[in-house]
Amino acid sequence: MDKKGILDIIQRNSKNHAGIIAILEEIQEECSYLPEEALRLVARETGRPLADIYGVATFYKAFSLKPKGRHCISACLGTACHVRGAQKIVEEFSQELGIKPGETTPDNEITFETVNCLGACALGPIVVSDGHYFANVTARKVGEILRDTREGTFGSDKAEEAHPFLIEVSCPRCGKSLMDSETSVHGHPSILITASMNGKTGWARIPSLYGHFSRTHEHDFPADAIVQLSCPHCASSFQDGSRCVECGAPLATMRLADGSGVFRICTRTGCEGHLLDIGRAEL
Amino acid sequence: MINLTINGLAVSVEDGSTILEAARFLGFPIPTLCHHEGLSPYGACRLCVVEIGEGPGARLVSSCTYPVEEGLKVRTASERVVRARRMIIELLLASCPQSKVIQDLASAHGVRTQRFRQEYDDCILCGLCVRMCSEQMMAGAIGFRGRGEERSIGTPFDVQSDVCRFCGGCMYVCPACQLRCTYNQPEKAVCNACANLAPPCIQKEKYGDMMCYMNPCVACEIK
Ligand code: SF4
Ligand code: SF4
Ligand code: SF4
Ligand code: FES
Ligand code: FES
Repeated sequence: MDKKGILDIIQRNSKNHAGIIAILEEIQEECSYLPEEALRLVARETGRPLADIYGVATFYKAFSLKPKGRHCISACLGTACHVRGAQKIVEEFSQELGIKPGETTPDNEITFETVNCLGACALGPIVVSDGHYFANVTARKVGEILRDTREGTFGSDKAEEAHPFLIEVSCPRCGKSLMDSETSVHGHPSILITASMNGKTGWARIPSLYGHFSRTHEHDFPADAIVQLSCPHCASSFQDGSRCVECGAPLATMRLADGSGVFRICTRTGCEGHLLDIGRAEL
Repeated sequence: MINLTINGLAVSVEDGSTILEAARFLGFPIPTLCHHEGLSPYGACRLCVVEIGEGPGARLVSSCTYPVEEGLKVRTASERVVRARRMIIELLLASCPQSKVIQDLASAHGVRTQRFRQEYDDCILCGLCVRMCSEQMMAGAIGFRGRGEERSIGTPFDVQSDVCRFCGGCMYVCPACQLRCTYNQPEKAVCNACANLAPPCIQKEKYGDMMCYMNPCVACEIK
């Protein structure tokens, strides 16, 4: 991005009385880092001492003064991941890459960073490579992640596959699998269960890619109504008294096939409430 | 005017003054480190702690930043205050034992040992130099950088600042180094430490190995 573009950003933001952080954020978005020249321009144009601007830019971890590599790997060092041994993983990455956290490999291929909590603590230690999440990472998996990252397996498109946890669920009552490998949604086997309302009963389908929530029904159920969700094998209801944090409607609970926890979805049509509760296998 | 009591003595001071100012007006000594008349209060070192309030609600505050309140009851030397103050001095000793200012403080308060891991930091991040530079010298050449463990003082991008006036004001106020170094006139140099380095720090290309707390050193740049 050229000088003019940066001047534009500064002018546009100062017109809205936006602060330094807003300006820096926008520059970083455009350039992917904060070039020295840009910071000097910000200081000159806003009339603030360069020392202040530099202080802000170096204070927040979200800002980077160095260009980022082609691929970006972040290892979580949040409390939960830390107690599960994330430090070892960070050391392993540092050693394999020959760089410290926050640095980029000399060939400009990989930037390695540590972050504080990615909000998936139950699955820690978490590593994210180009937007692809790895759960329960061990030091032994590090080499594999690096190899795949270098080969560009995860692309560098951050938006794609933001929630790549594939889940496999079974009925908490009869234990039969609820997966339907014949019909895939988003390229993965879907979850097939029974839905009924007002005497109409049919199938309901949910993608198994956790986070991509969209339930489809055989029948046209009205929006904002509670649907009874049950097992297609033993017909027992999935409602177990828990409530959706988004809308308060009953949640339907299924068991993760490997017994590691439960998967819950909201029974209200149109509500996107759903959650994964790892480590709570007892129902 | 605001009425308050300090160590049981009633005093009325102007609205907007700090506890520190009121106490000093009455002649009660409160040690300070990051406070400097003529610079805005910053509250970094906590050395100026006093106890306010009574009973279970009593608490420790930094007097240099706490504005006086009507009816406030202040104790400047209660047992709790003295304990906290000595702890702060111990911690300062642990991070910067070579500072004359800190050594003097320790001696004045009878602190002879410290129980923490010994470090030899060049800077205690009191911010005096930064305030000196921007408030008195109107330069704004140096500032805080980074955060947490990596927090440091210096010029942006670690290169010579084009707004620095080379006034030396930052070094003058610094309690950690008190260098006021004039290595460009070696006979006036305070510590001479850098002159004894081979090659002398003034000839170094990288600022990394220098004796001085400033990175890069402003004194060295007075050509
Ligand atoms: S010498 Fe430079 S950095 Fe130090 S106070 Fe003066 S102007 Fe500021
Ligand atoms: S360099 Fe000196 S004056 Fe500046 S913050 Fe550090 S200790 Fe304080
Ligand atoms: S680096 Fe500069 S200020 Fe520091 S001791 Fe050497 S000559 Fe003096
Ligand atoms: S601590 Fe790692 S995801 Fe929360
Ligand atoms: S003198 Fe009050 S906090 Fe330093």
